[in-house]
Amino acid sequence: MFNVQNQTIFFKQKPHIIGNYAIVGPKEGLGSLKNYFDYIMKDDLYGEKTYEKAERKMVEQAVIGAVTKANLTPKDLQLFVSGDLLNQIVTSSFAARAFDVPYVGLFGACSTMAESLAIGASLVNAGYFDNVACATASHFSTAERQFRYPLELGNQRPPTSQWTVTGAGCSILSSKGNGPIITSATFGKVTDFGINDVNNMGSVMAPGCASTMISHFKDTNTKPDDYDLIVTGDLGKLGSEILIDLLEDHGYKLGTNYNDCGQIIFNGKQSVLMGGSGCGCSASVLNSYILEKVRKKEYNKVLFVATGALLSSTSTQQGDTIPGIAHAVVIESYEEEKSPKKEKKGSKN
Amino acid sequence: MTELERNERYNQYVEAKIAKTHAWPSLFNAFWIGGLICVIGQLFNDMLIAVFPTLQTESAWSYTLIFIIFIASFLTGLGVFDKIAVHAGAGTIIPITGFSNSIVSPAMEFRNEGIVFGMCAKMFVIAGPVIVFGTVASTIVGLIYLFI
Repeated sequence: MFNVQNQTIFFKQKPHIIGNYAIVGPKEGLGSLKNYFDYIMKDDLYGEKTYEKAERKMVEQAVIGAVTKANLTPKDLQLFVSGDLLNQIVTSSFAARAFDVPYVGLFGACSTMAESLAIGASLVNAGYFDNVACATASHFSTAERQFRYPLELGNQRPPTSQWTVTGAGCSILSSKGNGPIITSATFGKVTDFGINDVNNMGSVMAPGCASTMISHFKDTNTKPDDYDLIVTGDLGKLGSEILIDLLEDHGYKLGTNYNDCGQIIFNGKQSVLMGGSGCGCSASVLNSYILEKVRKKEYNKVLFVATGALLSSTSTQQGDTIPGIAHAVVIESYEEEKSPKKEKKGSKN
Repeated sequence: MTELERNERYNQYVEAKIAKTHAWPSLFNAFWIGGLICVIGQLFNDMLIAVFPTLQTESAWSYTLIFIIFIASFLTGLGVFDKIAVHAGAGTIIPITGFSNSIVSPAMEFRNEGIVFGMCAKMFVIAGPVIVFGTVASTIVGLIYLFI
C-alpha cells in the first residue's frame, strides 16, 4: 500500500537538546500531564487583546524559557526554526520579531515539531549553526475561528473530532552540551487516502504516519520493540487504532510502548472526544513529559512521529480530499560517560 | 490496486471503524430542552396578555419572539449558551434561539477585526444562508399565493 524509499537521515555529530520548555493553556493544565509543563496560563488570552497575540506571546515565552533552561540568552541563538497553524504562519513570524536571530518559517501543520527538529538537527549536524531554537504553537481559539466556527456558537461536535491544544513548545539544539540526542530523522511523504471529512483528522493522518514509520523501520533496520516509546503527535483515539491496523498489515506490531500525545495530554474526564490535536499538542508533550523521561533515562530511545493534516478552509469548502504528512525523529538519552572522551577530542583539535 | 480502489476501501474501513453513536440520548435532550424553551415562550406570552389585556395576539407573539431572542443573545454574550447547546443540540438550534446565537457569536468573535469589516460584515457568516433561503422561499410561496 505504501511506496517507501530511503527517507531517513542519520546524525553522526549527535545534536543535543540542551534546553526545552512547554507552556499550555488552562484546560491542558488540568490534564494528566499538569505536573510536567513549565508554565500553565491562567486564561486563554494570556493578558493580550486577541487570541492571536496570545499565541505569539506563548511562542516567545517558550523560546526564552528553553534558552534560559539551556543556560543561554536569546543572543546566543544562531537560528530560529518555527511554524504554526495560522494563515501565513503569522504566529511564528511575528514571534520572530522579538529575537534578533535568522529565522526559517515552516508549515507542516501539526507535524511541525518533528519537522523543525529534523531540520534543526540537520543544520546543527552539518556544522552550519549551533544553538538552534525549534518551536511551534497552536491555540484552540485561533484554530477554531480559522478552521471551524465562532467560539460561542452553540453546535455539537461530531464524535470523531478532536480538540486543538492551546500550547507551545521549544527545544534548543546544539552540537555541544548535555542532554538527549537526536540520532536520526525520517522525512515523510504527503499521503492522501481520499478522506474529506474535516472532523475526522485521525483517519486523514494515519496513512501518512504509517508510511513514515514503515520507511523509518526499514531504513534503520529496527522494529517497534526496539524503542522504549513510540509516540505519535495527534492521531487521537481513532487515528491510533487505524495506525495500529495499517502497520499490522505491513508486518509491524505496535505494542504497549506505543502512545499518542493527543490521548495523553488530557485526562479521561475532559470532554475532548478523540483527544487533543494541533502543533502545540505534540510540542508541549515532547518538551515536557517525554524529554524529562529521556533525561531521567526512563526512556532511552524514543521514536517521535508528529502528524499533520495539510488542509485549508478553502480546499475543504471546494470539496478536496485532505492530504496528511508525518515526520519522525529518534531521540535517545545521552550517556554522560562519553562526554569526557568527546571533550578531549575537541581540545586536541 | 489503483489509487481510487485503495481510497474507496480505506473510506469503507474508516466508516466501519467509527464507533456508532446512539440517537436516543441526543433526541431526548433536544426534545426536553427545546420543549422547555417553547414553554418559557408560551408562559411569557400568556403573562403579557394577562398584564396587558388590550394587547393584540400578533403583537404579543412579536414581543415574545423579541424576549426569546434577547435571552439567547444575552446568554451567548455571557458564554453560557454554547455550554447548554452542547447537550441540547437541535433543542436550541430549532427555536429562534439558534438564529439569535448564530448572529451574536460571529459578531463577538470578529469584533477584534473592527466594527465594519469585522463585526458587521462577519455577523451573517452563519445566519446568512438562512436569510437567503428564507427570502427565496417566501418569494416563491408569495408568487404561488398570488396566482391561486
